[in-house]
Amino acid sequence: MNAVLKVSGLNRFFGGIQAVKDVTFEVAPGELKALIGPNGAGKSTCFNMLMGQLPPSSGKVFLNGEEITGKPPRDIWRRGVGRTFQITGTYQSMTVAENVQMALMSHHRRIFAIRPYAYKLYREEAMALLEIVGMADQADRACAILAYGDLKRLELAIALANEPTLLLMDEPTAGMAPKERIRLMQLTADIVRERGVSVLFTEHDMDVVFAHAHHIMVLNRGELIAEGTATEVRNNKKVQEVYLGGGMLFNKEDTHA
Amino acid sequence: MLEVTSLNSFYSKAHILNDLSFSVGRGEVVALLGRNGAGKTTTMKSVMQLVRPKSGSVVFEGTDITGQPPHRVARLGVGFVPEERRIFTDLTILENLEVGRQKARSDAPVWTPEALFEIFPNLWERRHNRGKAMSGGEQQMLTIARTLMGNPKLLLLDEPSEGIAPVIVEQMAKTILRFKQEGLTVIISEQNLHFAGAVADRAVIIEGGEKKFDGSFSTLEKQPEIRDAYLSV
Amino acid sequence: MGLFVAQILTGLANAAALFLVASGLSLIFGVTRIVNFAHGSLYMLGAYFGITLMNTLPGAFGFWSAILLSGLIIGLIGVIIEICVLRPVYRAPELFQLVATFGVILVIQDLALMIWGAEDRLGPRAPGLKSVVRIMGEPVPQYDLALIAITPFILLGLWWLITKTRIGILVRAATQDREMVGALGVNQSWLFTGVFFLGSALAGLGGAIQLPKGGADLLMDLNIISSVFVVVVIGGMGSIPGAFVASVLISVLNVFGVAYLPQSTLVLMYVVMAVVLLLRPYGLFGREEKAGEHGQAGEPDRPIRPAGLYGRIAVAALLAVLALIPVFSGSFTQVLLTDIIIFCLFAASLQFMLSTGGLVSFGHAAYFGGGAYAAALLVSYSDTPMEIAFMFAPLAAGLLAILFGWFCIRLSGVYFAMLTLAFSQLIWSAAFQWYEVTGGDDGLVNIWPAKWLSGTNAYYYFTLIVGVGGIILLRHLTHAPIGYALRGTRDSARQAEATGINVKLIQWTAFSIAGALAGLAGGLFVFSKGSIFPNELEIAKSFDALIVVFLGGVKTLSGGVVGAGFMEVAKDWLTRLEYWRLILGLVIIGVVIIAPDGIVGTLRKVSERIGLRRTEEFMK
Repeated sequence: MNAVLKVSGLNRFFGGIQAVKDVTFEVAPGELKALIGPNGAGKSTCFNMLMGQLPPSSGKVFLNGEEITGKPPRDIWRRGVGRTFQITGTYQSMTVAENVQMALMSHHRRIFAIRPYAYKLYREEAMALLEIVGMADQADRACAILAYGDLKRLELAIALANEPTLLLMDEPTAGMAPKERIRLMQLTADIVRERGVSVLFTEHDMDVVFAHAHHIMVLNRGELIAEGTATEVRNNKKVQEVYLGGGMLFNKEDTHA
Repeated sequence: MLEVTSLNSFYSKAHILNDLSFSVGRGEVVALLGRNGAGKTTTMKSVMQLVRPKSGSVVFEGTDITGQPPHRVARLGVGFVPEERRIFTDLTILENLEVGRQKARSDAPVWTPEALFEIFPNLWERRHNRGKAMSGGEQQMLTIARTLMGNPKLLLLDEPSEGIAPVIVEQMAKTILRFKQEGLTVIISEQNLHFAGAVADRAVIIEGGEKKFDGSFSTLEKQPEIRDAYLSV
Repeated sequence: MGLFVAQILTGLANAAALFLVASGLSLIFGVTRIVNFAHGSLYMLGAYFGITLMNTLPGAFGFWSAILLSGLIIGLIGVIIEICVLRPVYRAPELFQLVATFGVILVIQDLALMIWGAEDRLGPRAPGLKSVVRIMGEPVPQYDLALIAITPFILLGLWWLITKTRIGILVRAATQDREMVGALGVNQSWLFTGVFFLGSALAGLGGAIQLPKGGADLLMDLNIISSVFVVVVIGGMGSIPGAFVASVLISVLNVFGVAYLPQSTLVLMYVVMAVVLLLRPYGLFGREEKAGEHGQAGEPDRPIRPAGLYGRIAVAALLAVLALIPVFSGSFTQVLLTDIIIFCLFAASLQFMLSTGGLVSFGHAAYFGGGAYAAALLVSYSDTPMEIAFMFAPLAAGLLAILFGWFCIRLSGVYFAMLTLAFSQLIWSAAFQWYEVTGGDDGLVNIWPAKWLSGTNAYYYFTLIVGVGGIILLRHLTHAPIGYALRGTRDSARQAEATGINVKLIQWTAFSIAGALAGLAGGLFVFSKGSIFPNELEIAKSFDALIVVFLGGVKTLSGGVVGAGFMEVAKDWLTRLEYWRLILGLVIIGVVIIAPDGIVGTLRKVSERIGLRRTEEFMK
């Protein structure tokens, strides 16, 4: 099957420092794939290049066979990529439903419409999306007063507004209580199954990663050092080293590992 | 020396610290361990009052510093070395040190630029250079040196080994052990268990903003299930 | 050749005062991130104190100590302003701080009027430096040479202070990362106060040192502040060497402009500024502003809904009353109401971009006055019928906004604001100096409405319909998808871009709409007065609009209209008093500190608290 997302030979330099080194991978249709790695490994840099926030120094990104390297975020979104952010960026001065309606207006290219009242446009569609993430009962609340976990779910609803083929989720559960994390990822997994969307996400919480990801990629110092299923990654020597330290100080402890 | 009680901190809306309590004795080196996003940095910043805790208290040497401005906390003798380093790139190395300078304290080691250059010889060579063209390791050294210029009693080191070449990490470990000998109390936050084990007396493990373990490294070694649950993959 | 040299020398001498004031402003901005609009007022006070002291203290020693003492006094006044006015609002959004400093301008204007009177004062000449020196045959005042000799020492002194002393190191460190400086044990509050002292003292010195070349008058505060902004922006906000280079550049440019292009001296300055900002958006020596540093603090705006049935009935009732005014009221009331409606439309157009779009413009008068001038020029030069000339006003203003907006939206925050200011000054200086076409200070007169609109009653109804129509249009646009998209770009530009919205295009559109409607207000204005003068394009006019939006409530939809109505009525009352600026200034400062939600915002909160209105947690 053709890959939804294909990344080949992605590099990014900041000054003299190489933050991302020759990263190559694919995301298959309906796949839930995780990108993990310690702080500063280059996950966010990678993500920002995929979504067009940052141009790569070299390398190419293809979405459904079309090259999208270096295109602005709004173009990439129009081609069917939804995105959620590590720190939510919802519109604080709008209601929950309006946040979704805003994305729908953009999707249906009604942003420059002058006559209609915005709050009436695509209300039904927005409610349907909010229903999916379990936020319909809060549709008319001001976004500014939502709990953090609810904001994250709202962001997911917004990301689904353009009927994406691929969702990019940057640390979707950061800042959430453990129970909420599991709920959100369960929800994401359901969406993947029911709508056939592919998801690529970065994550800190290993419980979340191992419970839901079909495939896991490990990034360290800008390089992909491992890729595989949960068990494969867990048993990978290199990965253990990265997560427990360089091992140059207490070598004797390594025997326990 | 430091008593943190039922701390709850938020970053905008995200609940980061959840009823976190721990204490640090004089002369102790304590490692805050946990994975990315566990709340280590927020703990540091909450002690420093750079993040205002929503509830709970931070008591330093008997003084309640909760809600005080950060400069007052610094003047009481708490030194903070941020993870992002935040050196003043428009200033020379010597000027960076000058910003951190505070009066000497009778109950804490006293530092001068000369003494610090002895520990960090790389900095001496570039003392008149601006902070712009420095490697990650040099920046880290400068940040530590700058904070030590305030002659702190308690040093907070946020992820000192992150993004630094392995050789320098080893050097860093020796430096921290030396601070301990000088009588400094140190809290370091780390993801690197080996590095932490090499320098710290005690480990406090945080996950999801909650304390999951508090004890010596030898105890931790006997409980690999804890380590696997909260630190490894 | 001799003339050339003499002109350069004059330019260099003029640069001295400009540099002193600009470096003070730059220093304050660098550390506190506050654009101190009242900096020109401190300069003016420096001049007045200088004259008083020079007249008291005898001889050359008295003259020079008077200058130093003025600096010291103004420094202390700056400290008072910092502690009383700015400390309470450091955590508030930028706009609040700006408005607070506008308030200070008004207060100082009236205090100076009280103490020194309305008459212009001529500066005493410097003892021992009263004559001229002939250089290549051209006379050059001795005092000019003294200034040229002194300025490098001031620069050197400042350079020493900034680079060699602990204070200077802390100032530079705080310019880069205030929070970290605090975490290292430096008390930020006192550092800020210290910087304010120094910056204010420099402005005071500047005011006193220019006395022998000029004098003191009550207009010099706003006169210098625009040049100072130009200098600071060209040099780079926060950079002292930048302020020096730009002061010299602008002063020399001015002198040559006066000699060779007398029609365009002012325009020239703003053209240079606009060009510099386009090539180097952060000035010659400035550093890039990091996003987030200026983040809008405070609670987020509330969600909005079109007015409900009761709201519409209330508005309809108000309009009915307004429509009946001519029946039972004299022409005076109608003229006042005409003014109010026009100002309300102008304020509403600014509020559309400022509140809904987060685009803080310091130069909105350009489109109001620009529209008015466009109509007036058509009438004056081609006898265009009033109806067509009137429609040309919003069109011309809109086109102007499309043109200027294209440049402005590339920048953000303070630099955006400064570029809007530069463009508005450009228009103002064209109107002011292009005498042959615009009539300069004499303005354009005899711009009367068509016959069928010429009566007071008729024009009142015309204004009511067009003005209210414009306001309702803006209000509708706020509720339409374009308005929502604009709010989206303000709330989270990243989210907007990531959901297919072209942020810059939306902002540009909003800028142009706001400009066109300001032009509509300008068109109403010019035919109601029958004339137009350059003062409708002045900074003060732009400030007026900013202040009323703020007074009414930035985070509301009707704040601009309510604030404008309130202000016009209040002015009508206040201007009968001698010191109305003082009162207005104090009210503004008071509102900033005590009721930052403005009239509408405060009323809303109060009515929520006493239960007249539900909190807007749930809409519908």
